[in-house]
Amino acid sequence: MSPAYAYYPGCSGLGTSMEYEQSTRAICEALDVNLVDIPDWSCCGSTPAHTVDHTLSCALAARNLGLVEKMGLDTVITPCPSCLTNLKTAVHRMGDEEFMRRVNSLLDEPVGNTVRVKSVLQALIEDVGPEKLAERVVRPLSGLRVAPYYGCIMNRPPEVMEFDDHENPVAMDRLMEAIGAEVAPFPLKVECCGASFGVARKDVVARLSGKLLDLAEANQAMAMVTACPLCQMNLDLRQGQINAATKSQHEMPVFYYTQLIGLALGLDESSLGLNKLCVNPGLALREAERKTAEAAS
Amino acid sequence: MEILDLTESLDREFISQVEEESGQRVRLCYQCGNCTAGCPYTFAFDIPVSRMMRLLQAGQKDQLLSSHSVWLCATCESCTTRCPNGIDVARIVDVLRHMARREGYATERGVKVFWDSFLESVAKHGRVYEMGLLTSYIAKTGKVWTDAELGPRILPKGKLHLTPSRIQGREAVARIFERYKEASK
Ligand code: SF4
Ligand code: SF4
Repeated sequence: MSPAYAYYPGCSGLGTSMEYEQSTRAICEALDVNLVDIPDWSCCGSTPAHTVDHTLSCALAARNLGLVEKMGLDTVITPCPSCLTNLKTAVHRMGDEEFMRRVNSLLDEPVGNTVRVKSVLQALIEDVGPEKLAERVVRPLSGLRVAPYYGCIMNRPPEVMEFDDHENPVAMDRLMEAIGAEVAPFPLKVECCGASFGVARKDVVARLSGKLLDLAEANQAMAMVTACPLCQMNLDLRQGQINAATKSQHEMPVFYYTQLIGLALGLDESSLGLNKLCVNPGLALREAERKTAEAAS
Repeated sequence: MEILDLTESLDREFISQVEEESGQRVRLCYQCGNCTAGCPYTFAFDIPVSRMMRLLQAGQKDQLLSSHSVWLCATCESCTTRCPNGIDVARIVDVLRHMARREGYATERGVKVFWDSFLESVAKHGRVYEMGLLTSYIAKTGKVWTDAELGPRILPKGKLHLTPSRIQGREAVARIFERYKEASK
Protein backbone atom coordinates (compact mmCIF):
# COMPACT_ATOMS: atom_id res chain seq x y z
CA MET A 1 0.00 0.00 0.00
CA SER A 2 1.33 3.40 -0.97
CA PRO A 3 1.50 6.28 1.53
CA ALA A 4 -1.86 7.73 2.47
CA TYR A 5 -3.32 10.83 0.86
CA ALA A 6 -5.83 13.10 2.52
CA TYR A 7 -8.84 13.07 0.21
CA TYR A 8 -10.98 16.10 -0.63
CA PRO A 9 -14.08 15.04 -2.62
CA GLY A 10 -15.62 18.48 -3.24
CA CYS A 11 -19.29 19.45 -3.06
CA SER A 12 -20.37 18.34 -6.52
CA GLY A 13 -19.12 14.84 -5.67
CA LEU A 14 -22.06 14.57 -3.30
CA GLY A 15 -24.50 15.56 -6.06
CA THR A 16 -24.15 16.20 -9.75
CA SER A 17 -20.82 14.38 -10.12
CA MET A 18 -21.47 11.48 -7.75
CA GLU A 19 -20.42 8.99 -10.44
CA TYR A 20 -16.99 10.67 -10.59
CA GLU A 21 -16.73 10.37 -6.85
CA GLN A 22 -17.85 6.72 -6.81
CA SER A 23 -15.57 5.66 -9.63
CA THR A 24 -12.60 7.57 -8.17
CA ARG A 25 -12.94 5.74 -4.87
CA ALA A 26 -13.46 2.42 -6.63
CA ILE A 27 -10.34 2.61 -8.79
CA CYS A 28 -8.16 4.03 -6.01
CA GLU A 29 -9.10 1.06 -3.88
CA ALA A 30 -8.43 -1.36 -6.73
CA LEU A 31 -5.05 0.25 -7.43
CA ASP A 32 -4.00 0.47 -3.76
CA VAL A 33 -4.05 4.26 -3.64
CA ASN A 34 -4.84 4.93 -0.02
CA LEU A 35 -7.42 7.71 0.51
CA VAL A 36 -8.20 9.11 3.95
CA ASP A 37 -11.22 11.40 4.01
CA ILE A 38 -10.78 14.83 5.56
CA PRO A 39 -13.17 14.85 8.50
CA ASP A 40 -15.78 17.60 8.19
CA TRP A 41 -14.31 19.22 5.07
CA SER A 42 -16.10 22.33 3.84
CA CYS A 43 -16.62 23.98 0.44
CA CYS A 44 -13.43 25.39 -1.13
CA GLY A 45 -15.36 28.42 -2.43
CA SER A 46 -15.17 27.29 -6.07
CA THR A 47 -15.51 30.03 -8.72
CA PRO A 48 -17.94 32.31 -6.85
CA ALA A 49 -15.61 33.05 -3.92
CA HIS A 50 -12.72 34.37 -6.00
CA THR A 51 -15.10 36.63 -7.91
CA VAL A 52 -15.83 38.35 -4.59
CA ASP A 53 -12.47 38.56 -2.86
CA HIS A 54 -9.14 36.72 -2.96
CA THR A 55 -8.60 36.60 0.80
CA LEU A 56 -12.09 35.20 1.41
CA SER A 57 -11.61 32.65 -1.34
CA CYS A 58 -8.25 31.47 0.02
CA ALA A 59 -9.62 31.31 3.58
CA LEU A 60 -12.42 28.95 2.48
CA ALA A 61 -9.81 26.71 0.85
CA ALA A 62 -7.38 27.09 3.74
CA ARG A 63 -9.82 25.84 6.38
CA ASN A 64 -9.54 22.49 4.62
CA LEU A 65 -5.75 22.67 4.38
CA GLY A 66 -5.74 23.24 8.15
CA LEU A 67 -7.82 20.08 8.65
CA VAL A 68 -5.27 18.14 6.59
CA GLU A 69 -2.43 19.49 8.73
CA LYS A 70 -4.26 18.17 11.78
CA MET A 71 -4.54 14.73 10.18
CA GLY A 72 -0.76 14.63 10.08
CA LEU A 73 -0.71 14.02 6.33
CA ASP A 74 1.44 16.02 3.95
CA THR A 75 -0.52 15.72 0.70
CA VAL A 76 -4.17 16.19 -0.17
CA ILE A 77 -5.65 15.00 -3.46
CA THR A 78 -8.93 15.91 -5.13
CA PRO A 79 -10.67 14.71 -8.29
CA CYS A 80 -12.17 18.15 -9.10
CA PRO A 81 -10.06 20.71 -11.04
CA SER A 82 -12.05 23.57 -9.57
CA CYS A 83 -11.31 22.48 -5.99
CA LEU A 84 -7.74 21.77 -7.09
CA THR A 85 -7.32 25.31 -8.39
CA ASN A 86 -8.67 26.86 -5.22
CA LEU A 87 -6.56 24.72 -2.92
CA LYS A 88 -3.41 25.21 -5.01
CA THR A 89 -3.97 28.94 -5.43
CA ALA A 90 -4.36 29.28 -1.67
CA VAL A 91 -1.06 27.46 -1.08
CA HIS A 92 0.66 29.51 -3.80
CA ARG A 93 -0.58 32.90 -2.59
CA MET A 94 0.05 32.12 1.07
CA GLY A 95 3.71 31.96 0.10
CA ASP A 96 3.41 35.69 0.68
CA GLU A 97 3.51 36.20 4.45
CA GLU A 98 1.36 39.28 4.52
CA PHE A 99 -1.33 37.55 2.47
CA MET A 100 -1.14 34.49 4.71
CA ARG A 101 -1.60 36.67 7.76
CA ARG A 102 -4.78 38.14 6.27
CA VAL A 103 -6.12 34.67 5.37
CA ASN A 104 -5.38 33.43 8.87
CA SER A 105 -7.17 36.40 10.39
CA LEU A 106 -10.41 35.03 8.87
CA LEU A 107 -9.94 31.52 10.28
CA ASP A 108 -10.71 30.08 13.74
CA GLU A 109 -7.30 28.43 13.78
CA PRO A 110 -4.37 29.63 11.68
CA VAL A 111 -2.87 27.28 9.08
CA GLY A 112 0.85 26.75 8.59
CA ASN A 113 0.72 26.24 4.81
CA THR A 114 2.62 22.96 4.95
CA VAL A 115 0.33 20.79 2.84
CA ARG A 116 0.91 19.78 -0.81
CA VAL A 117 -2.04 19.61 -3.19
CA LYS A 118 -2.40 17.31 -6.19
CA SER A 119 -5.17 16.08 -8.43
CA VAL A 120 -6.17 12.43 -8.26
CA LEU A 121 -4.98 12.30 -11.89
CA GLN A 122 -1.50 13.41 -10.86
CA ALA A 123 -1.44 10.90 -8.01
CA LEU A 124 -2.43 8.09 -10.38
CA ILE A 125 0.23 9.01 -12.94
CA GLU A 126 2.98 9.45 -10.36
CA ASP A 127 2.08 6.73 -7.87
CA VAL A 128 0.62 4.00 -10.01
CA GLY A 129 1.81 4.92 -13.48
CA PRO A 130 0.60 3.71 -16.88
CA GLU A 131 2.76 0.55 -16.85
CA LYS A 132 1.42 -0.77 -13.59
CA LEU A 133 -2.11 0.19 -14.59
CA ALA A 134 -1.72 -1.72 -17.87
CA GLU A 135 -0.66 -4.83 -15.94
CA ARG A 136 -3.88 -4.74 -13.96
CA VAL A 137 -6.21 -4.45 -16.95
CA VAL A 138 -8.53 -7.44 -17.35
CA ARG A 139 -10.86 -5.98 -19.95
CA PRO A 140 -8.94 -3.82 -22.43
CA LEU A 141 -11.07 -1.15 -24.10
CA SER A 142 -9.21 -1.53 -27.36
CA GLY A 143 -12.23 -0.93 -29.57
CA LEU A 144 -12.98 2.42 -27.99
CA ARG A 145 -11.73 5.62 -29.59
CA VAL A 146 -11.86 8.50 -27.11
CA ALA A 147 -11.25 12.24 -27.19
CA PRO A 148 -9.51 13.28 -23.96
CA TYR A 149 -10.66 16.69 -22.75
CA TYR A 150 -8.86 18.23 -19.77
CA GLY A 151 -10.69 21.54 -19.40
CA CYS A 152 -9.15 24.91 -18.88
CA ILE A 153 -7.78 24.97 -15.35
CA MET A 154 -6.32 21.54 -14.58
CA ASN A 155 -2.92 22.68 -15.85
CA ARG A 156 -3.11 26.47 -15.91
CA PRO A 157 -1.42 28.68 -15.02
CA PRO A 158 1.62 26.38 -14.98
CA GLU A 159 3.46 28.13 -12.14
CA VAL A 160 0.52 27.43 -9.83
CA MET A 161 -0.65 24.05 -11.08
CA GLU A 162 2.83 22.52 -11.60
CA PHE A 163 1.59 19.47 -13.46
CA ASP A 164 1.81 18.09 -16.98
CA ASP A 165 1.88 20.40 -20.02
CA HIS A 166 -0.23 23.54 -20.03
CA GLU A 167 -0.92 23.54 -23.78
CA ASN A 168 -0.92 19.83 -24.49
CA PRO A 169 -1.45 17.80 -21.33
CA VAL A 170 -1.03 14.04 -21.77
CA ALA A 171 -1.66 12.42 -18.36
CA MET A 172 -5.15 11.28 -19.25
CA ASP A 173 -4.04 10.20 -22.75
CA ARG A 174 -1.40 7.94 -21.16
CA LEU A 175 -3.90 6.35 -18.79
CA MET A 176 -6.36 5.79 -21.64
CA GLU A 177 -3.63 4.13 -23.72
CA ALA A 178 -2.73 1.98 -20.72
CA ILE A 179 -6.25 0.57 -20.62
CA GLY A 180 -6.05 -0.16 -24.33
CA ALA A 181 -8.26 2.66 -25.63
CA GLU A 182 -7.41 4.51 -28.80
CA VAL A 183 -6.79 8.22 -28.25
CA ALA A 184 -8.17 10.53 -30.94
CA PRO A 185 -6.33 13.79 -31.58
CA PHE A 186 -8.10 16.57 -29.71
CA PRO A 187 -6.54 20.01 -30.17
CA LEU A 188 -9.08 21.72 -27.89
CA LYS A 189 -7.87 19.81 -24.81
CA VAL A 190 -7.49 22.92 -22.68
CA GLU A 191 -10.24 25.15 -24.11
CA CYS A 192 -13.03 26.32 -21.82
CA CYS A 193 -16.43 24.54 -21.91
CA GLY A 194 -18.45 27.51 -20.66
CA ALA A 195 -17.70 26.82 -17.01
CA SER A 196 -20.38 27.80 -14.52
CA PHE A 197 -22.40 29.93 -16.94
CA GLY A 198 -24.83 27.08 -17.66
CA VAL A 199 -27.56 28.50 -15.48
CA ALA A 200 -27.26 32.23 -16.19
CA ARG A 201 -25.92 32.22 -19.77
CA LYS A 202 -26.75 28.99 -21.54
CA ASP A 203 -25.90 30.56 -24.90
CA VAL A 204 -22.24 30.76 -23.85
CA VAL A 205 -22.12 27.10 -22.87
CA ALA A 206 -23.90 26.02 -26.05
CA ARG A 207 -21.31 27.79 -28.17
CA LEU A 208 -18.18 26.66 -26.31
CA SER A 209 -19.21 23.12 -25.43
CA GLY A 210 -20.77 22.80 -28.87
CA LYS A 211 -17.36 23.37 -30.47
CA LEU A 212 -15.86 20.63 -28.30
CA LEU A 213 -18.54 18.13 -29.30
CA ASP A 214 -18.16 19.07 -32.97
CA LEU A 215 -14.42 18.48 -32.87
CA ALA A 216 -14.73 15.17 -31.02
CA GLU A 217 -17.16 14.00 -33.65
CA ALA A 218 -15.07 15.31 -36.55
CA ASN A 219 -12.14 13.31 -35.20
CA GLN A 220 -14.24 10.16 -35.06
CA ALA A 221 -14.22 9.81 -31.32
CA MET A 222 -16.81 7.37 -29.99
CA ALA A 223 -16.79 9.13 -26.62
CA MET A 224 -15.26 12.03 -24.78
CA VAL A 225 -13.31 11.56 -21.56
CA THR A 226 -13.18 14.26 -18.92
CA ALA A 227 -11.63 14.84 -15.53
CA CYS A 228 -13.89 17.73 -14.45
CA PRO A 229 -17.44 17.71 -13.02
CA LEU A 230 -18.35 21.01 -14.64
CA CYS A 231 -17.02 20.02 -18.08
CA GLN A 232 -18.78 16.67 -17.85
CA MET A 233 -22.07 18.29 -16.88
CA ASN A 234 -21.94 20.88 -19.65
CA LEU A 235 -21.10 18.31 -22.31
CA ASP A 236 -23.39 15.52 -21.11
CA LEU A 237 -26.42 16.93 -19.27
CA ARG A 238 -26.60 19.96 -21.54
CA GLN A 239 -25.94 18.09 -24.80
CA GLY A 240 -29.62 18.29 -25.73
CA GLN A 241 -29.67 22.05 -25.17
CA ILE A 242 -26.47 22.38 -27.18
CA ASN A 243 -27.91 20.32 -30.04
CA ALA A 244 -30.99 22.54 -30.07
CA ALA A 245 -28.96 25.76 -29.98
CA THR A 246 -26.34 24.77 -32.56
CA LYS A 247 -28.59 22.64 -34.77
CA SER A 248 -26.48 19.56 -34.31
CA GLN A 249 -27.34 15.99 -33.44
CA HIS A 250 -24.62 14.81 -31.17
CA GLU A 251 -25.08 11.68 -29.16
CA MET A 252 -21.66 11.59 -27.64
CA PRO A 253 -21.18 9.76 -24.35
CA VAL A 254 -19.05 11.76 -21.93
CA PHE A 255 -17.19 9.59 -19.42
CA TYR A 256 -15.11 10.43 -16.44
CA TYR A 257 -11.68 8.90 -17.03
CA THR A 258 -12.07 7.05 -13.75
CA GLN A 259 -15.13 5.21 -15.06
CA LEU A 260 -13.23 3.89 -18.08
CA ILE A 261 -10.29 2.82 -15.93
CA GLY A 262 -12.75 1.06 -13.64
CA LEU A 263 -14.30 -0.81 -16.57
CA ALA A 264 -10.89 -1.91 -17.80
CA LEU A 265 -10.00 -3.13 -14.31
CA GLY A 266 -13.11 -5.28 -14.44
CA LEU A 267 -14.91 -3.45 -11.64
CA ASP A 268 -18.63 -3.81 -11.28
CA GLU A 269 -20.49 -1.27 -13.45
CA SER A 270 -22.74 -0.24 -10.58
CA SER A 271 -19.70 0.84 -8.56
CA LEU A 272 -18.72 3.16 -11.42
CA GLY A 273 -22.05 4.97 -11.75
CA LEU A 274 -22.37 4.42 -15.52
CA ASN A 275 -26.14 4.65 -15.12
CA LYS A 276 -25.75 8.25 -13.90
CA LEU A 277 -24.59 9.50 -17.30
CA CYS A 278 -27.23 11.32 -19.35
CA VAL A 279 -26.13 10.30 -22.83
CA ASN A 280 -26.34 6.53 -22.61
CA PRO A 281 -22.88 5.04 -23.15
CA GLY A 282 -24.21 1.53 -23.84
CA LEU A 283 -24.10 1.82 -27.61
CA ALA A 284 -20.49 3.03 -27.73
CA LEU A 285 -19.35 0.38 -25.26
CA ARG A 286 -21.03 -2.42 -27.19
CA GLU A 287 -19.56 -1.13 -30.44
CA ALA A 288 -16.15 -1.08 -28.78
CA GLU A 289 -16.57 -4.66 -27.61
CA ARG A 290 -17.60 -5.75 -31.06
CA LYS A 291 -14.48 -4.15 -32.56
CA THR A 292 -12.27 -5.70 -29.91
CA ALA A 293 -13.72 -9.14 -30.60
CA GLU A 294 -13.33 -8.64 -34.34
CA ALA A 295 -9.69 -7.68 -33.98
CA ALA A 296 -9.04 -10.72 -31.79
CA SER A 297 -10.58 -13.21 -34.19
CA MET B 1 -19.31 57.66 -32.09
CA GLU B 2 -18.56 58.71 -28.59
CA ILE B 3 -15.45 60.87 -28.32
CA LEU B 4 -13.43 60.23 -25.23
CA ASP B 5 -11.17 62.85 -23.70
CA LEU B 6 -8.47 60.57 -22.36
CA THR B 7 -6.70 63.21 -20.31
CA GLU B 8 -9.93 64.35 -18.74
CA SER B 9 -11.10 60.88 -17.76
CA LEU B 10 -7.73 59.40 -16.80
CA ASP B 11 -8.06 58.12 -13.24
CA ARG B 12 -4.58 57.52 -11.83
CA GLU B 13 -5.91 56.55 -8.45
CA PHE B 14 -7.85 53.72 -10.12
CA ILE B 15 -4.77 52.39 -11.93
CA SER B 16 -2.72 52.20 -8.77
CA GLN B 17 -5.59 50.61 -6.89
CA VAL B 18 -5.85 47.82 -9.50
CA GLU B 19 -2.07 47.37 -9.40
CA GLU B 20 -2.12 47.20 -5.62
CA GLU B 21 -5.00 44.72 -5.38
CA SER B 22 -3.80 42.46 -8.20
CA GLY B 23 -0.08 42.65 -7.53
CA GLN B 24 0.42 43.21 -11.29
CA ARG B 25 2.09 46.01 -13.23
CA VAL B 26 -0.37 47.38 -15.72
CA ARG B 27 2.31 49.28 -17.68
CA LEU B 28 3.94 46.03 -18.80
CA CYS B 29 1.21 45.35 -21.36
CA TYR B 30 2.43 46.21 -24.87
CA GLN B 31 -0.81 45.27 -26.59
CA CYS B 32 0.39 42.19 -28.45
CA GLY B 33 -3.16 40.80 -28.36
CA ASN B 34 -2.18 37.27 -27.29
CA CYS B 35 -4.67 37.32 -24.45
CA THR B 36 -7.55 38.21 -26.74
CA ALA B 37 -6.46 35.69 -29.36
CA GLY B 38 -6.72 32.88 -26.82
CA CYS B 39 -9.75 34.13 -24.89
CA PRO B 40 -12.67 31.79 -25.58
CA TYR B 41 -15.12 34.45 -24.44
CA THR B 42 -14.25 37.21 -26.90
CA PHE B 43 -17.47 36.49 -28.82
CA ALA B 44 -19.51 37.32 -25.72
CA PHE B 45 -17.35 40.16 -24.34
CA ASP B 46 -18.30 43.77 -25.04
CA ILE B 47 -14.65 44.72 -24.44
CA PRO B 48 -12.00 42.16 -25.50
CA VAL B 49 -9.46 41.42 -22.78
CA SER B 50 -6.43 43.17 -24.40
CA ARG B 51 -8.63 46.24 -24.86
CA MET B 52 -9.50 46.04 -21.17
CA MET B 53 -5.77 46.21 -20.47
CA ARG B 54 -5.41 49.26 -22.71
CA LEU B 55 -8.37 51.01 -21.07
CA LEU B 56 -6.84 50.20 -17.73
CA GLN B 57 -3.58 51.88 -18.76
CA ALA B 58 -5.68 54.87 -19.73
CA GLY B 59 -7.41 54.82 -16.34
CA GLN B 60 -10.91 54.40 -17.78
CA LYS B 61 -12.60 53.25 -14.61
CA ASP B 62 -16.22 53.71 -15.52
CA GLN B 63 -16.00 51.93 -18.88
CA LEU B 64 -14.25 48.98 -17.32
CA LEU B 65 -16.44 48.53 -14.26
CA SER B 66 -19.62 48.83 -16.28
CA SER B 67 -18.50 46.29 -18.88
CA HIS B 68 -20.15 42.92 -19.38
CA SER B 69 -16.73 41.36 -19.84
CA VAL B 70 -15.86 41.59 -16.14
CA TRP B 71 -18.85 39.34 -15.38
CA LEU B 72 -18.38 36.96 -18.29
CA CYS B 73 -14.73 36.12 -17.77
CA ALA B 74 -14.58 32.48 -16.71
CA THR B 75 -11.08 32.74 -15.23
CA CYS B 76 -9.98 30.07 -17.70
CA GLU B 77 -6.41 31.33 -17.26
CA SER B 78 -5.63 31.29 -20.97
CA CYS B 79 -4.67 34.99 -21.01
CA THR B 80 -2.48 34.64 -17.92
CA THR B 81 -0.76 31.55 -19.28
CA ARG B 82 -0.04 33.10 -22.68
CA CYS B 83 0.91 36.68 -21.83
CA PRO B 84 4.52 37.15 -22.98
CA ASN B 85 5.06 39.71 -20.23
CA GLY B 86 4.01 37.41 -17.42
CA ILE B 87 1.03 39.55 -16.49
CA ASP B 88 -1.60 37.66 -14.50
CA VAL B 89 -4.36 39.07 -16.68
CA ALA B 90 -7.10 36.84 -15.24
CA ARG B 91 -6.26 38.14 -11.79
CA ILE B 92 -6.63 41.71 -13.02
CA VAL B 93 -10.06 40.91 -14.47
CA ASP B 94 -10.99 39.29 -11.15
CA VAL B 95 -9.94 42.47 -9.31
CA LEU B 96 -11.99 44.62 -11.71
CA ARG B 97 -14.94 42.39 -10.89
CA HIS B 98 -14.35 42.87 -7.16
CA MET B 99 -14.38 46.63 -7.71
CA ALA B 100 -17.49 46.46 -9.89
CA ARG B 101 -19.23 44.58 -7.04
CA ARG B 102 -18.13 47.08 -4.45
CA GLU B 103 -19.28 50.01 -6.54
CA GLY B 104 -22.62 48.45 -7.32
CA TYR B 105 -22.20 47.62 -11.02
CA ALA B 106 -23.77 44.36 -12.12
CA THR B 107 -24.23 44.34 -15.87
CA GLU B 108 -24.78 40.58 -15.90
CA ARG B 109 -27.22 40.32 -13.06
CA GLY B 110 -28.02 36.63 -13.61
CA VAL B 111 -24.35 35.73 -13.31
CA LYS B 112 -23.94 37.75 -10.12
CA VAL B 113 -27.08 36.33 -8.54
CA PHE B 114 -25.96 32.79 -9.35
CA TRP B 115 -22.60 33.32 -7.65
CA ASP B 116 -24.19 35.08 -4.68
CA SER B 117 -26.70 32.28 -4.19
CA PHE B 118 -23.85 29.79 -4.28
CA LEU B 119 -21.94 31.59 -1.54
CA GLU B 120 -25.05 32.05 0.61
CA SER B 121 -25.51 28.31 0.43
CA VAL B 122 -21.90 27.76 1.55
CA ALA B 123 -22.22 30.28 4.39
CA LYS B 124 -25.34 28.51 5.60
CA HIS B 125 -24.46 24.84 5.23
CA GLY B 126 -20.68 24.81 5.04
CA ARG B 127 -20.98 23.10 1.67
CA VAL B 128 -22.91 24.09 -1.39
CA TYR B 129 -26.36 22.58 -1.58
CA GLU B 130 -27.16 22.40 -5.30
CA MET B 131 -30.95 22.13 -5.09
CA GLY B 132 -31.14 25.02 -2.63
CA LEU B 133 -28.83 27.07 -4.84
CA LEU B 134 -31.16 26.64 -7.82
CA THR B 135 -34.27 27.45 -5.78
CA SER B 136 -32.69 30.61 -4.46
CA TYR B 137 -31.51 31.62 -7.96
CA ILE B 138 -35.04 31.24 -9.32
CA ALA B 139 -36.54 33.16 -6.39
CA LYS B 140 -34.15 36.07 -6.86
CA THR B 141 -34.16 36.37 -10.63
CA GLY B 142 -37.88 35.70 -10.90
CA LYS B 143 -36.98 33.45 -13.84
CA VAL B 144 -38.80 30.19 -13.79
CA TRP B 145 -36.06 27.64 -14.03
CA THR B 146 -34.94 27.99 -17.60
CA ASP B 147 -33.34 24.60 -17.23
CA ALA B 148 -36.71 22.99 -16.53
CA GLU B 149 -36.24 20.59 -19.42
CA LEU B 150 -33.20 19.18 -17.65
CA GLY B 151 -35.32 18.08 -14.68
CA PRO B 152 -36.52 14.82 -16.22
CA ARG B 153 -32.96 14.00 -17.26
CA ILE B 154 -31.30 14.58 -13.93
CA LEU B 155 -33.87 13.91 -11.20
CA PRO B 156 -34.30 10.18 -11.88
CA LYS B 157 -30.52 9.81 -11.62
CA GLY B 158 -30.76 10.67 -7.94
CA LYS B 159 -27.97 13.22 -8.27
CA LEU B 160 -29.77 16.26 -6.86
CA HIS B 161 -30.43 15.86 -3.17
CA LEU B 162 -33.49 17.42 -1.70
CA THR B 163 -31.87 18.11 1.65
CA PRO B 164 -28.53 19.82 2.32
CA SER B 165 -25.47 17.98 3.57
CA ARG B 166 -24.81 19.85 6.79
CA ILE B 167 -21.43 19.71 8.40
CA GLN B 168 -20.27 20.13 11.99
CA GLY B 169 -18.04 22.98 10.94
CA ARG B 170 -20.77 25.02 9.28
CA GLU B 171 -20.50 27.62 12.02
CA ALA B 172 -16.74 27.82 11.51
CA VAL B 173 -17.42 28.48 7.82
CA ALA B 174 -20.08 31.08 8.66
CA ARG B 175 -17.51 32.81 10.88
CA ILE B 176 -15.11 33.10 7.91
CA PHE B 177 -17.80 35.06 6.05
CA GLU B 178 -18.59 37.20 9.12
CA ARG B 179 -14.95 38.09 9.73
CA TYR B 180 -14.55 38.91 6.05
CA LYS B 181 -17.55 41.26 6.18
CA GLU B 182 -16.25 42.86 9.35
CA ALA B 183 -12.76 43.35 7.87
CA SER B 184 -14.04 44.87 4.63
CA LYS B 185 -16.25 47.49 6.31
S1 SF4 C 1 -1.02 39.16 -23.73
FE1 SF4 C 1 -0.17 40.47 -22.13
S2 SF4 C 1 1.08 42.00 -23.21
FE2 SF4 C 1 -0.22 41.01 -24.75
S3 SF4 C 1 -2.01 42.34 -24.87
FE3 SF4 C 1 -2.51 40.77 -23.38
S4 SF4 C 1 -1.91 41.62 -21.39
FE4 SF4 C 1 -0.96 42.88 -22.98
S1 SF4 D 1 -9.37 34.29 -18.01
FE1 SF4 D 1 -11.13 35.51 -18.71
S2 SF4 D 1 -10.25 37.10 -19.95
FE2 SF4 D 1 -8.67 35.57 -19.68
S3 SF4 D 1 -8.85 34.27 -21.46
FE3 SF4 D 1 -10.10 33.34 -19.89
S4 SF4 D 1 -12.17 34.19 -20.15
FE4 SF4 D 1 -10.75 35.47 -21.34
